[in-house]
Amino acid sequence: MAEAHPVGFQYVVEAKNRGAKVIHIDPRFTRTSALAHTYVPVRAGADIAFLGGVINYILSNEKDFREYVLAYTNASMLVSEEFQDTEELGGLFSGYDPETGAYDQSSWQYAGQQDEGQEEEESHVDRETASGLEQESHGPPVPADVPRDPTLRDPRCVYQVLKRHYARYTPEVVERLCGVPRDKFLEVCEAWTANSGRERTTALVYSVGWTQHSVGVQYIRAGAIIQLLLGNMGRPGGGVMALRGHASIQGSTDIPTLFNLLPGYLPMPHHRQHETFRQWVDAIRHPEQQGFWANAESYAVSLLKAYFGDAATADNDFGYGWLPRLTGDHGTYQQVLDMIDGKIKGYFLLGQNPAVGSAHGRAQRLGMANLDWLVVRDLFMIESATFWKDGPEVATGEIVPEQCRTEVFFLPAASHAEKEGTFTQTQRMLQWREKAVEPPGDCRSELWFFYHLGRLLRERLADSAAPRDAGLLNLTWDYPLHGERGDEPSGEDVLKEINGYDLATGRPLSSFTEMRPDGSTSGGCWIYTGVYKDGVNQAARRKPRTEQSWVAGEWGWAWPADRRTLYNRASADPEGRPWSERKKYVWWDPEAGEWTGYDVPDFERTKPPSYRPPEGATGVEAISGDDPFIMQGDGKGWLYAPSGLIDGPMPTHYEPAESMVRNPLYEQQANPTRKVYDRSDNLTNPSPPERHSEVFPYVFSTSRLTEHHTAGGMSRQLAYLSELQPEMFAEVSPELAAERGLEHLGWAHMVTARAAIEARVLVTDRLIPLRIEDRIVHQIWMPYHWGGEGLVTGDSANDLIGITLDPNVLIQESKVGTCDIQPGRRPTGPALLAYVTGYRERAGLVPGHHTPPLLTPDQPEES
Amino acid sequence: MGVRTWIEGWPVYRQLTGTDPLGRGAAAQSERSRALTARTETADSVARSVCPYCAVGCGQRIFVKDGEVVQIEGDPDSPISQGRLCPKGSASKSLITSDRRQRKVLYRRPYATDWEELDLDTAMSMIADRVLAARDETWEDADEDGRPLNRTLGISSLGGATLDNEENYLIKKLFTAMGAIQIENQARI
Repeated sequence: MAEAHPVGFQYVVEAKNRGAKVIHIDPRFTRTSALAHTYVPVRAGADIAFLGGVINYILSNEKDFREYVLAYTNASMLVSEEFQDTEELGGLFSGYDPETGAYDQSSWQYAGQQDEGQEEEESHVDRETASGLEQESHGPPVPADVPRDPTLRDPRCVYQVLKRHYARYTPEVVERLCGVPRDKFLEVCEAWTANSGRERTTALVYSVGWTQHSVGVQYIRAGAIIQLLLGNMGRPGGGVMALRGHASIQGSTDIPTLFNLLPGYLPMPHHRQHETFRQWVDAIRHPEQQGFWANAESYAVSLLKAYFGDAATADNDFGYGWLPRLTGDHGTYQQVLDMIDGKIKGYFLLGQNPAVGSAHGRAQRLGMANLDWLVVRDLFMIESATFWKDGPEVATGEIVPEQCRTEVFFLPAASHAEKEGTFTQTQRMLQWREKAVEPPGDCRSELWFFYHLGRLLRERLADSAAPRDAGLLNLTWDYPLHGERGDEPSGEDVLKEINGYDLATGRPLSSFTEMRPDGSTSGGCWIYTGVYKDGVNQAARRKPRTEQSWVAGEWGWAWPADRRTLYNRASADPEGRPWSERKKYVWWDPEAGEWTGYDVPDFERTKPPSYRPPEGATGVEAISGDDPFIMQGDGKGWLYAPSGLIDGPMPTHYEPAESMVRNPLYEQQANPTRKVYDRSDNLTNPSPPERHSEVFPYVFSTSRLTEHHTAGGMSRQLAYLSELQPEMFAEVSPELAAERGLEHLGWAHMVTARAAIEARVLVTDRLIPLRIEDRIVHQIWMPYHWGGEGLVTGDSANDLIGITLDPNVLIQESKVGTCDIQPGRRPTGPALLAYVTGYRERAGLVPGHHTPPLLTPDQPEES
Repeated sequence: MGVRTWIEGWPVYRQLTGTDPLGRGAAAQSERSRALTARTETADSVARSVCPYCAVGCGQRIFVKDGEVVQIEGDPDSPISQGRLCPKGSASKSLITSDRRQRKVLYRRPYATDWEELDLDTAMSMIADRVLAARDETWEDADEDGRPLNRTLGISSLGGATLDNEENYLIKKLFTAMGAIQIENQARI
């Protein structure tokens, strides 16, 4: 946090100065460790073993915040008798189908609800379409009236299921798997539990490298389970905080430029699941079920009205038929492989540099070299625009400029100072930026580019009667133009469209609760409704921090409904009283008959704590006055997830897709549902029980430097930053340096089945060899900022990484892998290819090799 | 120069007699530094902005003189950053003013070995033509069972996490309406 989010880290230091204990768990000692009370080195890729150990500590010592757990989580709910755990099935949950590599989730359901479970076909479709992402704003649906045991003694209740699942995650296992000594691990457990409860809360902060694992979603689930058990969710000083790494990466998920989502986490239609408008809407809102999902039809119709205006009517299902349909996985990695296979004609890169920033750089560049055309929009010349000229494959002879057909347009972009608009920062807060100056030369905003591209397309198709063009021609695209050149759409107009209108009066909506399913309202992203409340740009609010409360509710605007801490109903007890004076945040005022406090209550304002839903209630009405997690189908925080996840209802330790450690907990080595692209150009280093894992005997991980930003396009081009961090390096321990003959400040090169890259060696004791099982595991750390363009250049760490994805969200495993390291520079030219091929052959990665996703007892342990 | 002025010219005198006993401010000021004015004071306008790097969302004040950005400072009013910026945020003025920044459209013909310049309007027109051609060539009306697909898999896009919400909104809106679904950004990475 101190390295990559230094300004946010000031609050950790402030808390420390006020007596908070700071613990840092990381494979590498960093500036964060330097300021922490306790630093815990850990093996990359073993986080669920560690967190599972904490869960086991909490449950076996009954350290949970029992009153909170009973009232606000699903601990007491009974799970189906048909459910079988990984502990019984060698690392698989019940319902696994080796054919599809997916689960039939029926047996994961609550007792009596097995019919509600996903079948494997649905589960398979969900993986292909990364449906887990839909739950960013609201949980998956579950039925009401689940049998419960408030004593938590029934062996089928979630509490007991969880306890059994983690019983083997003992301090000894944590030590064997993570390399964390027992006493150090117990120190963390004791500190975490002692600092949680009625009077105190603990915050869990992760950086989004956590998402870049084949079990990434389950890492975060494991953190959430701990925070729920300890009563740290929805309360001040608690929570699970994600440190996101791009100015508006939260915004680009909320208003997605993602294949599987529409704004506000509505799913993109799937050709089979959502053939009709009614199927689509009912798949989102799940009639008969509880929670705010129930109003999804209003959000969906309002979006279609924002897109298609008057052309969207009840008679034509509001233009639903014009939306394109998914048939499976259309994610960025599938796209890159399709580019290599010649299936994709044109590619737009909008402030993104996949040649350096995405996993498997070589696949990225070879894919781009096989397009008809490529449009790159950026501030500086980036590697993704020059792969045909002087990229690594030009050096090896794999790309010959005179033979590379890709037509490339480089269009310079406007910077953040040259356009107005909102970023959504990592706590869901929108902040409006004023335009400072006009962009120079040919530089233009994306707003300009896409408005005019749309205008040109519509002009060219104006006379078309083809059904395929109807959506484009019916699109509301009449944005008034402004600016010095008189050709720039106004960001504020677009923000208003996102907020939505009452169409009869033209009044901007003040809340998504005003949206209607009859076409009388519009709104481009329902969770952002309210950002233009009262006709005022709420994201532009800038009341100085010194003139308002510590919650700072008058600075910017946070979704949903300007709530700064989500689920803050949980900061009060079931009766609506603060858990303690010290941790007071939002509470019920019986005299006024409403929720009040320091923040906007994340609850219906006048629903009393005593409210109980009438028999047969659905939707919002079915949420009790003591159910704080109002976006969940049952209003509860989920310790156990009966649906919504592809790879299991509880996080389970699997080894990374590439590991030199045999999973000591289960026969199953790696996540059996991980998304694999089994191709000869995307090989995976062998892991036990496969043979030859010793060819790549070291663990490596990558992350950021304070002075650089992601793929370097915004940092390696700047003189100050380039001077501060001038060169690509690999950091190793003195022990590993001795083992491989690496010299401090000398050269070394790292090799995987994909590539070999070189870097300067930095020998420090910030990396500590770990004892895992009966061997020493060395970890290598690298920044991933370098490439061939810019003031400072170097090899790209992401070239080392292959494409294996988390099944829930299709994010790649790029924070852990195996490699070899050797002293000296790597070979150059065609010799480099031969060198990497030599490694592949020694590792048994020969033509016809396949890495099995599933290991079964009768399967030979050889490749 | 009078004796008094001469004596007052000594920093140590000012340090002993003035308000700056540690000699780190007014006492150490020379004639030249006294005459200097901060760019922030002479700016024509200030825009309230937000740092474009990570997702913490630090407040920035962008100072403009004669239509040029002359300084970027942390915004002390911000409850997020309290006026602070990290090395990247502090260097962000170069992002706008650097000589290395591309200000012209560049074009690489198929099989060419170098860039050439291209007029922006021409580039836009060429891109629009190519989008329509790619779309026509790869258009899918329906799947094998006749269910609508209404799409093209011939066009891809990557990017958005460094862009504004309003921009992402238009990007998704346009691509969706034209039937392009392979729209992705850093959030998948």
